[in-house]
Amino acid sequence: MIRNIVDWLEERTGIETAIRSFLYEEIPGSSGWHQVFGSIATFLFMLQAFTGIMLAFNYAPTPGEAYNSLKYIMMELTGGSLMRGLHHWGSSMMIVVVVLHMCQVFLWGAYKKPREATWILGVVLLLLTLAFGLTGYLLPWDNRAYWGTVVTTKIAASAPLMGPYIEHLMGSDGSIGVVTFTRFYAAHVLLLPPLTMILIALHIFLVRKHGVAPAAIETLPPKKFYPGQVYIDTVGIFASFVLLFVLAVAAKVPLERLADPTDTSYIPKPDWYFLFLYELLKVFPGSLEILGSFILPGLAVLGLFLVPFLDRQKLARLRQRTVAFGVLILAAMLWTGLTVKAVVDSPKPLELNTELLDAPQLPWQEMTPEEVAGIGYYRKENCAGCHSPGKIGPDLTRPTARKTAAWMIEHFKHPQDVVPGSAMPPIRLNDSQLNTLAAFLLQLTPQNASVIESTPAFAVDGAILYQKQQCGGCHVVNGSGQKLGPGLNGVALRRSKNWIQENFLNPQKMSPDSPMPPYKFKPKDMEAITSYLLALPKV
Amino acid sequence: MDRRTFQLGSIFGLWALMGAAMTTPALIYLLFPPKARKKTDFVEATDLKELTVNAPEEVVFRRNRADGWKVTSEKTSAWVVKTAANQAIAFAPSCTHLGCAFHWDERKKEFICPCHASGFSADGKVLSGPAPRALDRYQIKVEGTKLLIGEVVKG
Repeated sequence: MIRNIVDWLEERTGIETAIRSFLYEEIPGSSGWHQVFGSIATFLFMLQAFTGIMLAFNYAPTPGEAYNSLKYIMMELTGGSLMRGLHHWGSSMMIVVVVLHMCQVFLWGAYKKPREATWILGVVLLLLTLAFGLTGYLLPWDNRAYWGTVVTTKIAASAPLMGPYIEHLMGSDGSIGVVTFTRFYAAHVLLLPPLTMILIALHIFLVRKHGVAPAAIETLPPKKFYPGQVYIDTVGIFASFVLLFVLAVAAKVPLERLADPTDTSYIPKPDWYFLFLYELLKVFPGSLEILGSFILPGLAVLGLFLVPFLDRQKLARLRQRTVAFGVLILAAMLWTGLTVKAVVDSPKPLELNTELLDAPQLPWQEMTPEEVAGIGYYRKENCAGCHSPGKIGPDLTRPTARKTAAWMIEHFKHPQDVVPGSAMPPIRLNDSQLNTLAAFLLQLTPQNASVIESTPAFAVDGAILYQKQQCGGCHVVNGSGQKLGPGLNGVALRRSKNWIQENFLNPQKMSPDSPMPPYKFKPKDMEAITSYLLALPKV
Repeated sequence: MDRRTFQLGSIFGLWALMGAAMTTPALIYLLFPPKARKKTDFVEATDLKELTVNAPEEVVFRRNRADGWKVTSEKTSAWVVKTAANQAIAFAPSCTHLGCAFHWDERKKEFICPCHASGFSADGKVLSGPAPRALDRYQIKVEGTKLLIGEVVKG
């Protein structure tokens, strides 16, 4: 019965012959476990397609709903967090496996004539894999997605010559919103998958056309692909599947807060496989940045494409390919070094480079703690909601809006008593907080108005604590405060973060004669005030 | 067991295992209802004082419905038949055949579906046409003279 159906199909489609010739292809006797990665990568691609389709069944691809629908998938649908977990970790695993596949081909010299085109297609597939990662990163529309993409698109927009066009293409001129989101989604689900499928098919076709690359010296007779190598590939695929499944079940998949473009305290970070590029940017400051953002990565990709043309020697045995090993180890060390540095650096991003302290770089660094704390209250009370261009309230940066502190405080408490008919609601802060707010507003000018947006959250939080604890009763910062204790400008040049934190907890341990009382801050507050102090410029 | 048999067994066994490990959760994911779903609340639809006994009336009211990841506030209607001073039946507004909106035919004294001419009596029973079962009813509560409408129960 089955035989009859197969025969019927075979006669009309030739499918049995096709499968047979695929499975019973001859491969070199040296083939084995080192060649599993190509199959695993293909398998992972199909798995990504499957879980991606599953997610798409319940995912609404607009910034307004993406986050909520993803939360619904993860929280309310049975198996939803598994699907997202598989898709999330699958993307990382895909990159690992694709890179391992390239390393294997590179070490074994399998890109040599006549397999140059196969290698070039492979490099294109690597770039497509990275493009999947880049576009997929935005789709959860949480803070991580939003801010990560802000940085990515800004880097792309700084490209020489093409920058503005790339920016336009990504719909990110000005800011990230519906247009960018939709384009990233379309690329992720409509453009990249068929393109990748076609190129994988071509890649496999070329592998078949030239045959699996033999070793330099084949000692064993050729063998059939099936079942020996298929068994090996299956075990490899199964091992990666188990690992991925365990990750998807056991490891937490990040879903942060909903994307918040006003969150000035958020520190964007790309996914781990792009961290080295992110770190590379820091290596080249200022006008050299383009080296790290385009020239070096561009050269690296160009180098990858040219590998088969740079190495034209006759294939040598694996052990004799010392240059290939050397290049790979060097690349791995560079990658690891940059990635580790990025990971080590990023938990304490609040600390500023001490060079910055030589002269005030940012406007808030020149302000007194009281004024910086005032920014905090300005934000907390959402003053900008009314006092912005085009809004109902007057422009507070104009000199004519400036009154005395006493007038302001009275106006904060009873707006309508001071300005009849004012639409302003009374501000519910205590007197010292209102004083602080007034101190800031007295300093506000059109030139420094950007501090309202640009001052980092740690500085504001730190300054509020500084005010609350009345540190200015003994210390001077930017010319404000009493000189009983040491001035705190440029303290980062004299003391370490640890020293300062120890000193808060137990001042007499650090400096025996100090009259300073101990301060037992909560960890979050400790972090904020130390970071603030460390960022104070040298006078 | 020779080497070849072991390899063949492993190939088919492992692929079957992986197939099952993917299709089972995928089916659960697609078919199981969402967790944490709140029951639809009862909402006030009309005042029974305004209705006449045995004169079916279409009542439109607004309610919140959980719809996937959102709660939608939507307009819904019910055909309310007051049966006694403080008693009523509320029919869901769609025919049990293919879901068309039916209406009350005052002359024939029955609910008529315009699509395939199903007819229902004032208490929802099928009188004619292809409808497979009686009209679906809303769960109701009467508080004083106020009629509160809840979820639809199959007729």
